[in-house]
Amino acid sequence: MFSYFIRRLLGAIPTLFIIITLSFFMMRAAPGGPFDNQRRLPPEIELNIKAAYNLDKPVYQQYVIYLGKLLHGDLGPSYKNKDFTVTEMIADGLPVSARLGLSAMLLALLFGLSLGTIAALNQNKLTDYFVMSSAMVGITVPTFVTAPILTLIFGVYGVSLFGYDLSLPVGGWNGGALRNMILPVIVLALPQVAYIARLTRGSMVEVLHSNYVRTARAKGLSSFMIVIRHALRAAVLPLVSYLGPATAGILTGSLIVEQIFQIPGIGRYFIQGALNRDYTLVLGVLIYYATFVILLNLLADILYAILDPRVRYAK
Amino acid sequence: MKGFYTTARLDEVEALIGKAADVQGRSLWDDALRRLIRNRAAVVSIVILCLIALAAVFGPLLLAYDYNYMNYDIVSCAPDWWPDSVVLCNAGGTHWFGTDSLGRDLLARTLIGARVSLAVGLIATVVSLVIGVAYGATAGYLGGRVDELMMRFVDVLYSIPYIFLVIILMVIFNRNFYLLFVAIGAVEWLTMSRIVRGQTLSLKQKEFVEAARASGVSDFGIIARHIVPNVFGPVVVYVTLTVPASILAESFLSFLGLGIQEPLTSWGVLISDGANQMETAPWMLLFPAAFMAVTLFCFNFIGDGLRDALDPKDR
Repeated sequence: MFSYFIRRLLGAIPTLFIIITLSFFMMRAAPGGPFDNQRRLPPEIELNIKAAYNLDKPVYQQYVIYLGKLLHGDLGPSYKNKDFTVTEMIADGLPVSARLGLSAMLLALLFGLSLGTIAALNQNKLTDYFVMSSAMVGITVPTFVTAPILTLIFGVYGVSLFGYDLSLPVGGWNGGALRNMILPVIVLALPQVAYIARLTRGSMVEVLHSNYVRTARAKGLSSFMIVIRHALRAAVLPLVSYLGPATAGILTGSLIVEQIFQIPGIGRYFIQGALNRDYTLVLGVLIYYATFVILLNLLADILYAILDPRVRYAK
Repeated sequence: MKGFYTTARLDEVEALIGKAADVQGRSLWDDALRRLIRNRAAVVSIVILCLIALAAVFGPLLLAYDYNYMNYDIVSCAPDWWPDSVVLCNAGGTHWFGTDSLGRDLLARTLIGARVSLAVGLIATVVSLVIGVAYGATAGYLGGRVDELMMRFVDVLYSIPYIFLVIILMVIFNRNFYLLFVAIGAVEWLTMSRIVRGQTLSLKQKEFVEAARASGVSDFGIIARHIVPNVFGPVVVYVTLTVPASILAESFLSFLGLGIQEPLTSWGVLISDGANQMETAPWMLLFPAAFMAVTLFCFNFIGDGLRDALDPKDR
């Protein structure tokens, strides 16, 4: 088990290396530099600035310098926000983004699993159709439509139920106050709830028809116990491999959600950086995201090996 | 035809021939088509989608207003039939969807947006289809080390959240309209290539491929003549799911300001504009969002229908 883990971890390094290399040279291939849109500077000063950022050297040298610094965890200075390094900016936005993303993931797992199980237990009944068609809505309607519409309903028009005011703030982070988190987290989680519910229903239906579940039922176990003790473990397997794509989905969604709800996370830096040609910032965030997705894919594989005794990881 | 034959004998023969024609086996495709037509959701979706496509192509030609004609007297005005009475102004005339923040007819803009979004969806899908099929078929057919290397590359690209790659591509191409198609297509081919490769791996063991090889057909000939036509089924299903994914990707980029640029528009741009104005002019958000959601729904239903039709496994 341990050697399998180590081997997979080592296998992730070349992947990460290729991603860094690819995106580095792609960014450098872009026409126009980070200092193009500013006032026309005297050529000497421009040269000085370029020298300060190592932009005067050939690209391959810049690449080597960048890699060298990266090994020490230094992502370089931001080209546009002069007083900040990329590492500082990421460290600034990360707690916010992480909290947002993790809450969304937990919410998605909780609701996705329960809804999928409920649908599977009521296969081809009204409840099943209702859950599955809602899931279809969740998958189809993109985040950038649900976010404004939910904001419109809960933020602008305001909703009150039994005399309670259910209206929510339409934006801002407010230090992560619960009221501010509700809408962004729900919007971010919705597509994942839908995907997870669909996956869970699919595998749960299969498992519930299997022989060992029939045996358990014959022994007189209640439906609830069968699901909890026997079916769930087998049924979550496909979900484990969905962990990587789900993370990618939440990261992508967070770009939109952070933009719409004005949340100061790293997704906003990525968009700003891309719009301003802030190479180092974009590259830094991209490396960060890629590492994250690779690690979660890795985690998924390992979890899979632990949960499914049929997977042999010795080879 | 019957009138030409006078004797009973010939009638009998004809009846026999007719019977023989009846028992002639249905091809896989006839069968699939029959199942698809029986799927009501898919058929309704095809009809709606055709209507939207027709409206997108011919609608702008028939409307009274050009999509870029600005009338500053009716800025952000509601359509006459808008139920909410507390609107600032009514657009009047034939502005059935109201007007946008520059006094342009929203219906005309929504239809032009439909044109652009559908075009992006289709062209990007074709790009991804060509790359994915060629790549996957080659990797699967050649097998061995080449296959491993080629698929490893796909794995690497998979672990980058793809939309970030597109964002970088759009920055590099300076938001070029045509390259937007290519950029989206260039990242959507990954799954396609995996599907095609898997199919190819199993197909190349089949007798007819062996026969072709024995009679001296070149590798390229086998891939082009025997492998590619036979992976058609799963590819068709995936294509119907790639179109909405491409439309989503385009709208996502446009929403963030990295896609289609003014005065041209797409559903993403319109939704983005609408989201900014939703407190005062919700119709600017609702109409484009509804169009887009309906289109995405239709594609998903058709995709599901096709999958059920082509894969009779769980009928």
